[in-house]
Amino acid sequence: MSIREQLKEVIENNEIILFMKGTPDFPQCGFSGRTAQILRACDVKFASVDVLADHSVREGIKQYSNWPTVPQLYVRGEFIGGCDIMTELYESGELEKILKPEAAAGNG
Amino acid sequence: MTVTPEDIRRWLSAGLEGSQVTVSGDGRHFEARIVHPGFAGKSRVQRHQMVYGVLGDRMKSEIHALSMKTLAPDEI
Repeated sequence: MSIREQLKEVIENNEIILFMKGTPDFPQCGFSGRTAQILRACDVKFASVDVLADHSVREGIKQYSNWPTVPQLYVRGEFIGGCDIMTELYESGELEKILKPEAAAGNG
Repeated sequence: MTVTPEDIRRWLSAGLEGSQVTVSGDGRHFEARIVHPGFAGKSRVQRHQMVYGVLGDRMKSEIHALSMKTLAPDEI
Protein backbone atom coordinates (compact mmCIF):
# COMPACT_ATOMS: atom_id res chain seq x y z
CA MET A 1 0.00 0.00 0.00
CA SER A 2 1.43 3.41 -0.96
CA ILE A 3 2.10 6.05 1.66
CA ARG A 4 -0.78 8.04 0.16
CA GLU A 5 -3.21 5.15 0.64
CA GLN A 6 -1.97 4.59 4.19
CA LEU A 7 -2.51 8.26 4.98
CA LYS A 8 -5.95 8.22 3.41
CA GLU A 9 -6.90 5.19 5.50
CA VAL A 10 -5.69 6.61 8.83
CA ILE A 11 -7.34 9.96 8.06
CA GLU A 12 -10.65 8.34 7.22
CA ASN A 13 -10.52 6.00 10.23
CA ASN A 14 -10.15 8.81 12.74
CA GLU A 15 -12.81 11.47 13.12
CA ILE A 16 -10.28 14.06 14.33
CA ILE A 17 -6.59 13.54 13.56
CA LEU A 18 -3.66 15.92 13.99
CA PHE A 19 -0.38 15.42 12.13
CA MET A 20 2.24 17.17 14.24
CA LYS A 21 5.89 17.28 15.20
CA GLY A 22 6.19 15.29 18.42
CA THR A 23 3.19 14.32 20.56
CA PRO A 24 0.52 16.36 22.37
CA ASP A 25 2.37 15.79 25.65
CA PHE A 26 5.81 16.40 24.10
CA PRO A 27 5.43 18.71 21.08
CA GLN A 28 8.67 19.34 19.22
CA CYS A 29 7.59 22.63 17.64
CA GLY A 30 5.70 25.63 18.94
CA PHE A 31 3.08 25.51 16.20
CA SER A 32 2.44 21.80 16.76
CA GLY A 33 2.19 22.37 20.48
CA ARG A 34 -0.30 25.18 19.96
CA THR A 35 -2.59 23.10 17.76
CA ALA A 36 -2.64 20.24 20.30
CA GLN A 37 -3.45 22.79 23.02
CA ILE A 38 -6.33 24.17 20.95
CA LEU A 39 -7.84 20.71 20.49
CA ARG A 40 -7.54 20.05 24.22
CA ALA A 41 -9.17 23.41 24.95
CA CYS A 42 -12.08 22.29 22.74
CA ASP A 43 -12.30 19.18 24.93
CA VAL A 44 -12.41 16.66 22.08
CA LYS A 45 -10.78 13.26 21.71
CA PHE A 46 -8.30 13.28 18.83
CA ALA A 47 -5.68 11.02 17.28
CA SER A 48 -2.22 12.41 16.62
CA VAL A 49 0.62 11.31 14.36
CA ASP A 50 4.24 12.29 15.06
CA VAL A 51 5.61 13.07 11.60
CA LEU A 52 9.14 13.21 13.01
CA ALA A 53 8.98 9.47 13.62
CA ASP A 54 8.70 8.67 9.90
CA HIS A 55 10.20 10.76 7.09
CA SER A 56 7.85 9.30 4.46
CA VAL A 57 4.84 10.42 6.56
CA ARG A 58 6.36 13.86 7.03
CA GLU A 59 6.75 14.32 3.29
CA GLY A 60 3.72 12.26 2.27
CA ILE A 61 1.26 14.34 4.26
CA LYS A 62 2.46 17.50 2.51
CA GLN A 63 1.75 15.97 -0.89
CA TYR A 64 -1.54 14.53 0.34
CA SER A 65 -2.99 17.93 1.23
CA ASN A 66 -0.85 20.07 -1.09
CA TRP A 67 0.21 21.94 2.05
CA PRO A 68 3.94 22.48 2.69
CA THR A 69 4.00 22.56 6.48
CA VAL A 70 3.07 20.60 9.59
CA PRO A 71 0.94 20.63 11.80
CA GLN A 72 -2.10 19.65 9.78
CA LEU A 73 -5.60 18.96 11.12
CA TYR A 74 -8.15 16.65 9.49
CA VAL A 75 -11.75 16.29 10.66
CA ARG A 76 -13.95 13.56 9.19
CA GLY A 77 -11.51 13.13 6.31
CA GLU A 78 -11.38 16.83 5.43
CA PHE A 79 -8.23 18.95 5.64
CA ILE A 80 -9.01 21.90 7.94
CA GLY A 81 -5.69 23.69 7.99
CA GLY A 82 -2.48 24.37 9.87
CA CYS A 83 -1.78 26.29 13.07
CA ASP A 84 -2.72 29.63 11.53
CA ILE A 85 -6.14 28.60 10.32
CA MET A 86 -6.88 26.53 13.43
CA THR A 87 -6.13 29.57 15.60
CA GLU A 88 -8.41 31.80 13.50
CA LEU A 89 -11.20 29.19 13.55
CA TYR A 90 -10.80 28.65 17.30
CA GLU A 91 -10.91 32.37 18.10
CA SER A 92 -14.02 32.86 15.96
CA GLY A 93 -15.75 29.85 17.55
CA GLU A 94 -16.01 28.09 14.18
CA LEU A 95 -13.59 25.32 15.18
CA GLU A 96 -15.91 24.00 17.91
CA LYS A 97 -18.73 23.77 15.35
CA ILE A 98 -16.48 21.78 13.01
CA LEU A 99 -15.24 19.51 15.79
CA LYS A 100 -18.61 19.04 17.50
CA PRO A 101 -21.34 19.55 14.87
CA GLU A 102 -23.91 17.68 16.96
CA ALA A 103 -23.34 20.05 19.89
CA ALA A 104 -23.56 23.08 17.62
CA ALA A 105 -26.81 21.76 16.13
CA GLY A 106 -28.17 21.08 19.61
CA ASN A 107 -28.15 24.61 20.93
CA GLY A 108 -29.94 26.00 17.91
CA MET B 1 21.11 33.29 1.94
CA THR B 2 18.49 34.16 4.54
CA VAL B 3 15.11 35.25 3.32
CA THR B 4 14.01 38.77 4.22
CA PRO B 5 10.44 40.07 4.61
CA GLU B 6 11.13 42.21 1.53
CA ASP B 7 11.93 39.08 -0.51
CA ILE B 8 8.63 37.49 0.45
CA ARG B 9 6.73 40.72 -0.17
CA ARG B 10 8.27 40.94 -3.65
CA TRP B 11 7.54 37.27 -4.49
CA LEU B 12 3.94 37.50 -3.31
CA SER B 13 3.21 40.83 -5.04
CA ALA B 14 4.59 39.43 -8.29
CA GLY B 15 2.76 36.13 -7.99
CA LEU B 16 -0.60 37.49 -6.80
CA GLU B 17 -1.44 40.18 -9.29
CA GLY B 18 -3.19 43.27 -7.92
CA SER B 19 -2.49 42.30 -4.30
CA GLN B 20 -1.36 44.51 -1.41
CA VAL B 21 1.23 42.69 0.68
CA THR B 22 2.94 43.57 3.96
CA VAL B 23 5.41 41.16 5.55
CA SER B 24 7.36 41.13 8.81
CA GLY B 25 9.53 38.46 10.32
CA ASP B 26 12.78 37.35 11.87
CA GLY B 27 14.39 35.35 9.08
CA ARG B 28 12.66 32.04 9.86
CA HIS B 29 9.17 32.89 11.08
CA PHE B 30 7.22 35.39 9.00
CA GLU B 31 3.83 37.11 9.19
CA ALA B 32 2.22 38.30 5.99
CA ARG B 33 -0.93 40.34 5.44
CA ILE B 34 -2.24 39.94 1.91
CA VAL B 35 -5.24 41.68 0.36
CA HIS B 36 -6.02 40.13 -3.02
CA PRO B 37 -9.11 40.23 -5.30
CA GLY B 38 -8.52 36.57 -6.14
CA PHE B 39 -9.32 35.54 -2.55
CA ALA B 40 -12.96 36.54 -2.86
CA GLY B 41 -15.28 33.55 -2.43
CA LYS B 42 -12.40 31.24 -1.46
CA SER B 43 -12.00 29.34 1.83
CA ARG B 44 -9.08 30.06 4.13
CA VAL B 45 -7.36 26.83 3.08
CA GLN B 46 -7.72 27.68 -0.61
CA ARG B 47 -6.35 31.17 -0.03
CA HIS B 48 -3.35 29.87 1.85
CA GLN B 49 -2.76 27.25 -0.86
CA MET B 50 -2.70 30.04 -3.45
CA VAL B 51 0.00 31.80 -1.43
CA TYR B 52 1.99 28.59 -0.95
CA GLY B 53 1.64 27.97 -4.69
CA VAL B 54 3.34 31.30 -5.40
CA LEU B 55 6.17 30.58 -2.95
CA GLY B 56 6.62 27.05 -4.27
CA ASP B 57 9.83 25.29 -3.25
CA ARG B 58 11.00 28.24 -1.20
CA MET B 59 8.48 27.07 1.41
CA LYS B 60 10.33 23.78 1.64
CA SER B 61 13.77 25.08 2.41
CA GLU B 62 14.01 28.73 3.24
CA ILE B 63 10.77 29.60 5.01
CA HIS B 64 10.18 27.64 8.22
CA ALA B 65 6.88 29.25 9.10
CA LEU B 66 4.62 31.79 7.47
CA SER B 67 1.56 33.05 9.30
CA MET B 68 -0.90 34.77 7.00
CA LYS B 69 -3.86 37.07 7.05
CA THR B 70 -5.52 36.57 3.67
CA LEU B 71 -8.27 39.10 2.92
CA ALA B 72 -10.41 39.93 -0.09
CA PRO B 73 -10.65 43.69 -0.77
CA ASP B 74 -14.15 43.92 0.73
CA GLU B 75 -13.02 42.25 3.97
CA ILE B 76 -10.58 44.94 5.08
